Amino acid sequence: MTSIQPGPESGTNQPLRPARPAPESVQPSWAGALRQELFASRTDGLVSVLLILVILAAALGLLRWALAQAQWAVIQANTSLFAIGRYPIQQQWRLWLLVVLVAGLSGVSWGLLRAFPRADRSGEIWPFNDRLAVVLLGFLAAWLPAALALGLPLQLRWWVITALLVTMRCLAGSWGRSLPSRLVRLVPLSWPLLYLFGMVLIAGGLGIPRVPPSEWGGLLLTLLMASFAILLSFPIGVVVALGRRSSLPLLRWSSVLYIEFIRGAPLITLLFLGQNILGYMLPGGWAPDRVWRAAWVLTLFCGAYLAEAVRAGLTAVPPGQLEAARSLGLSMPLALQRVVLPQALRIALPAAVGQFISLLQDTTLLSLIGLLDLLGTARTVMANPEFLGKNAEVYLTLAVLFWCCCAALGLGSRALERRLDPTHSPV
Amino acid sequence: MQPSPRWLLTLPLLLAFTLSGCADESGSGGGVQSIKLSTIRGRDKLVCGVDGKLPGFSFLGPDGTYSGLDADTCRAVAAAVLGDPAKVEYRDLNSSERFAALASGEVDMLARNTTMTLSRDSAGGNGISFGPTTFYDGQGVMVPVASGAQTLKDLDGKPICVESGTTTELNLADRMREQGIAYTPLKFQTGDQTYAAYLGGRCVAVTSDRSQLAAKRSSFPKPDEHILLPEVMSKEPLTPASVNGDPAWADAMRWAVFALFQAEELGITKANVAAKVAEAKANKNLADLRRFLGVEGDFGKQLGLPADFVPKTIAAVGNYGEIFERNVGSGSPLKLERAENRLWNQGGLIYSPPFR
Repeated sequence: MTSIQPGPESGTNQPLRPARPAPESVQPSWAGALRQELFASRTDGLVSVLLILVILAAALGLLRWALAQAQWAVIQANTSLFAIGRYPIQQQWRLWLLVVLVAGLSGVSWGLLRAFPRADRSGEIWPFNDRLAVVLLGFLAAWLPAALALGLPLQLRWWVITALLVTMRCLAGSWGRSLPSRLVRLVPLSWPLLYLFGMVLIAGGLGIPRVPPSEWGGLLLTLLMASFAILLSFPIGVVVALGRRSSLPLLRWSSVLYIEFIRGAPLITLLFLGQNILGYMLPGGWAPDRVWRAAWVLTLFCGAYLAEAVRAGLTAVPPGQLEAARSLGLSMPLALQRVVLPQALRIALPAAVGQFISLLQDTTLLSLIGLLDLLGTARTVMANPEFLGKNAEVYLTLAVLFWCCCAALGLGSRALERRLDPTHSPV
Repeated sequence: MQPSPRWLLTLPLLLAFTLSGCADESGSGGGVQSIKLSTIRGRDKLVCGVDGKLPGFSFLGPDGTYSGLDADTCRAVAAAVLGDPAKVEYRDLNSSERFAALASGEVDMLARNTTMTLSRDSAGGNGISFGPTTFYDGQGVMVPVASGAQTLKDLDGKPICVESGTTTELNLADRMREQGIAYTPLKFQTGDQTYAAYLGGRCVAVTSDRSQLAAKRSSFPKPDEHILLPEVMSKEPLTPASVNGDPAWADAMRWAVFALFQAEELGITKANVAAKVAEAKANKNLADLRRFLGVEGDFGKQLGLPADFVPKTIAAVGNYGEIFERNVGSGSPLKLERAENRLWNQGGLIYSPPFR
C-alpha cells in the first residue's frame, strides 16, 4: 500500500496523467514498470529485495504449516456448527431456501447493475473484474465444499447455488435491457422484502415452527447481528445527527446526551449492562431474549457513532445549499431530503462504512456475554476434548471468514461511492 | 406460548405475593410449594447455566449438543424434574455474570464449575444455595517425566510457569513458602502463553487446576511424557448451585444429584436400571431398593418430583461413575484419575446421605 501508481499498461482506461518516462521500446512494458517501481535506485532495490524475501519466507512458513502440520479435522467436523450454530437439523431447509433466494437475487442485481450503467457513463456488460469474480466463484464452489469434506449431497447443493448465481448474472446482464422498466425498478425493492422474509424464515412464525434465538449461532448469528445493527442504526444515526443540529433545545440536548453516553462507555460495558440490568428491571422471563438485547445494544451503539459521521457530512455541506433550497420555496423537510441529506450522506459514506466494518468485528464481543457467535462457537469447539490444542487452525479460519465479510463490505461501499460520485470523470 | 395479554401474566405473581403470607402451613408430605419448580414445569424446560467452553465439563459437540460433566448434571436434573433429559435450555455464562444470572432468575440452576466457598454461599455474600459437589478439583503441578521430579521439594530452585493475576499464582506462593521451597515464578498473561513456555522448556513445571492440567496435557504432542505431581495445593469443590429462597427447589436439585451417587453405590447403571426396577417390583424384600427406585414410599412426592425420578435420571445419564468416566475419565481424551472423586467406600469423597 505504498505509493504504487498504476503502470502505463493500466492507463488505457485512466484519464491522462502527468508524463512519466516512456518505457524503452524493446522491453515489454510490465518489466519496465516493475523496474521503475521496485528497483529505481540502489536503496529502493535493497528494500525491495529484503521485503520480498521476508514475505516469501513468511508465506512459505505458513504454507508448510497449513499443508503439512495443521490438522483441519477440527474445521471439517464442525462445519455446521461454525455456519449456523445449534440450528435444528430438521429446520435447516429454511436456511438453504434463504441462501438460494439470496444467490438468485444477487445474480439478478449484479447483472442489472452492469446492464444499466449510469446515464453519464458507458459500461461493459462483462468488465474484467466480473470475469475474475465468476472464475473465483467457480473455483470456490468446486474446492471449498470438497476441502471441508462435506457429503456429496451438500457439495451438489453448493454447486447448484453457485450455478444459479452465475446464470442469473448472465441472464440479467444480457436481457436486462429488454425487460419492462417497471420490473427492473422492483429489484432494489425486493432486497428489504427478502430481508424481512429471511428473518421470518430464520426465526419462524407465520405457520412455520419457531427456532428460538438461543439456537442461532456461528456465521448465521454474526451476520444477522451485524446486518440488523447496520440497517437499524442508519436511520437512528441520521435522526440523531439532525437532532444534534436542531434548534429545539430539548431535541438537541437529548441527542447530545445519547451520543455522549454511548461514546463514553466501552461497548463491552454496554453489552453487560444490557444483559444483566434488564434481568433485574423486568420480571423473569419478560425481558427480551438475550440475543435481541445484544442486538439492540449493538444497534444503539452503532447509531451514536454513525450520528457523528452523518453530522460530519452535514457540516461539510455549505450552508448556502440549504438557504438556496429554502429560498426556492422548499419546505424544511423537503430541503433536507432533496438537497442537504443526499450530499451529506455521500460525504459520510466512507466513515459510515468504516463504522459498519468495525461493528462487524465488534460482534465478536458477543462471545464474552455467552452468545455463540463465530468467536463463541470457535471457543466452544476448542474446548471439545477431541480437538484440544487446535487453536491455530480455528483462529486462522475465523480470520479468513472475517476478512471475507469485511472485504465484501469494503468492495460494496467503494462501488457505491463510485456510482454516487458526481465528479468522477466518465469512464 | 402464543400471545396472551401480558398483564394477565402478572396475576399469578400478584396472587403469589398476597398469598405468601398465609400459606406455608401445609406440613410435610403435602403438595410441595415451590415457585421455581412450578415455573420450570410451566415452561417445560430447565434453564441451566453452564460455562460452555471448558473441556470435559461443558462444550458443544459437532452436532450442536452440549456434552460434559456439567452438561450431564443439567440433564440429570431435567430428567428428575421433567422426566426428559433433553428438556434443558443451556445458557453459556461467563464467570462475572453467573451469579447475577442466577439471582435475576435468568437461569434456574448453575452447573458451571463453580467452587463452593463461604462468601458465595452466605446470605451476606452472593447468597446462592449449593448442592452436592460433583467434582473435587484442586491446584496441581505438572512436570515432564524426564525431569525426574516426584514431589514439590524436587522443584527447589527451579522456574515454575504460572498464569499471572490468578488465585493459582497466590496458592503457589503460599504453599511454597509454607514448605520453605525457593522457586522462580515465570508469569504469563494467558494460558496459551503459559503452556507454550512450559513446552518450550523455559520452566520445569507448570501449575493450574488439576482438571485443566489434564485437559492441556491431552493436547500436547506427547501426553505420556508429562505427569501430575501428587500434591494438591488448594481445594476446589466444583458444585452445582441454585438460588437462595426456594428451599424446595434446592432440595429437589440436591437429591437428583445425590441419586447419581447412590446409584453408583448400589451398582445401578444406565444399562441395568430397567432390570433393577423390574427386580425391585418383583421382590418385596428389597425394601431399600424399592424405596430408592420409587417402587414404594413417597420420596418423589416429598421433594415435589415424580415418584420414579430416580430411574428416569439414571436411564437418562447413568450413575455418577458413568458420567465421570464418559466425560473426564478413562472414556474421554482427558483421562483424569478418579482420585478424590471415587465413592466414599472406595477412599474418595463422593458420598450420598441415605435415601430414607
